[in-house]
Amino acid sequence: MNESAVQGGAGRWFALLLVFDAVAAFAMIAATWAGLLYAGDAINLGGVEQVAQRIFYFHIGSNIAALLGFLASLVGSLGYLFSRRLVWDWWAAAGVEVGTIFGVFVLLSGAIWAKPAWNTYWTWDPRLTTATVTVLIYIAYMLLRNGFENPDTRARFAGIYAIFAFLSVPLTYYSARLFRSIHPIVFDGANQEAQGGFSIGPTMGQTLAMAMIGFALLFFALLCHRVRQMAFESRIDAIRGEIYE
Amino acid sequence: MMAELPKEGGQFRTRGGLAGYFRVVWAVADKDVRTELRAKEILGTMAAFSLLAAVIFGLAFDLRVPRTELVAPGILWVIIMFAGVLGLHRSFGSESDLGTLTGLLLAPVERSALYLGKTAANLVYFLIVEALLVPTLLILFDVNLLKPLILAGLLLGTIGYVAVGTLFAALTARNRARETLLPVLLLPVLAPLFISGVGLTAAVLDGRATSEAWPWIGIIALYDIVVFAVAFLFIDLIWEQS
Repeated sequence: MNESAVQGGAGRWFALLLVFDAVAAFAMIAATWAGLLYAGDAINLGGVEQVAQRIFYFHIGSNIAALLGFLASLVGSLGYLFSRRLVWDWWAAAGVEVGTIFGVFVLLSGAIWAKPAWNTYWTWDPRLTTATVTVLIYIAYMLLRNGFENPDTRARFAGIYAIFAFLSVPLTYYSARLFRSIHPIVFDGANQEAQGGFSIGPTMGQTLAMAMIGFALLFFALLCHRVRQMAFESRIDAIRGEIYE
Repeated sequence: MMAELPKEGGQFRTRGGLAGYFRVVWAVADKDVRTELRAKEILGTMAAFSLLAAVIFGLAFDLRVPRTELVAPGILWVIIMFAGVLGLHRSFGSESDLGTLTGLLLAPVERSALYLGKTAANLVYFLIVEALLVPTLLILFDVNLLKPLILAGLLLGTIGYVAVGTLFAALTARNRARETLLPVLLLPVLAPLFISGVGLTAAVLDGRATSEAWPWIGIIALYDIVVFAVAFLFIDLIWEQS
């Protein structure tokens, strides 16, 4: 592994990362403003449901971030297993950690919205089931990593688990879909039994785009920070090893 | 046993193609099952746990559920899931404790054959436990699970479970927290099997048309195929030197 490259470029990259942080923060502020004030009301909803539907922007936004995290875990794991360079493993691990936070937020925001819309916080709808199982799988992934001392063993075993996990998720979705679904499909409207759905007007579409971009930027900023931290951890371990030897 | 090894080792090395490969699978499975039948370490625990769990579920639901058919599918699959975890972590546990895993890995044979052998041995334990569990549920809950489709789903589901379970047991064998970690790793990945198993059992028990049962069997079979394919791709990586 090329340690000196990580170290040598650290200063320059860190300045760039700080700029990126500022951009992400600005995008999130803009998305929050748009979601709460700019976006129009949903015409067919009233009362509490009208207020609650605005959580949708943050729900979808964090969903995008969670998906990106899990995608990073798959790419990072495959990358590690083929190249055997630990850098790939850091991206996978950071993707899972950051993605899990957003995944939990997706579940929480969904539950808060579902109470007024569906009159229950929770139901075993396919999307809810799949999202929950995915978050649980990635929590298990982090626990698995904890138990290994050797970074290469950890990367290898975690990578295998991540790939298994990623493949089981669509099967979970299809098995859960054999039950009846009430989750609204906003972009398709094909689900006749969906409850609490609404169609999207122009201001809402713009807001949604802003939320998705904002959350994606926030995700990448957090991801880069976590990977940077892991690079430092690995360096500290290396230096500590040198001192004690 | 040990004295026979050189002779058998020669046999393993034969370039017998598929037949030679399955001879290795059989040797590993045979060794595991024979050791287990003498030690009764895994089977005893799994069987005792499943019977106990059936009794506990009986006590928990007896007065609260109008018809036991409503909860029987869940009870069946929950017991199998949990009893399975108990047995699986021992499948490499005793090998690591005694250091025999190293010996096994030093054998000049395909690693995937070792994995398949282990999987087959675990499958035998699971099927024995299920053969005890299904009649127990019939007695305690008065639910007849002895229907061809349910049994087919049970067999296919067990194959998939054992395939993932054996692989994950190998993954966690050297982990610091292996006993507690295995269920946390396994149960979410088994979600498709569990959902389909419960769905299939419920559909059959409710007396719905068999056309409603087939999609469940399809998902379980697909799961099995995916699991074996991925396991064969990655099994060599698990037992690499590190």
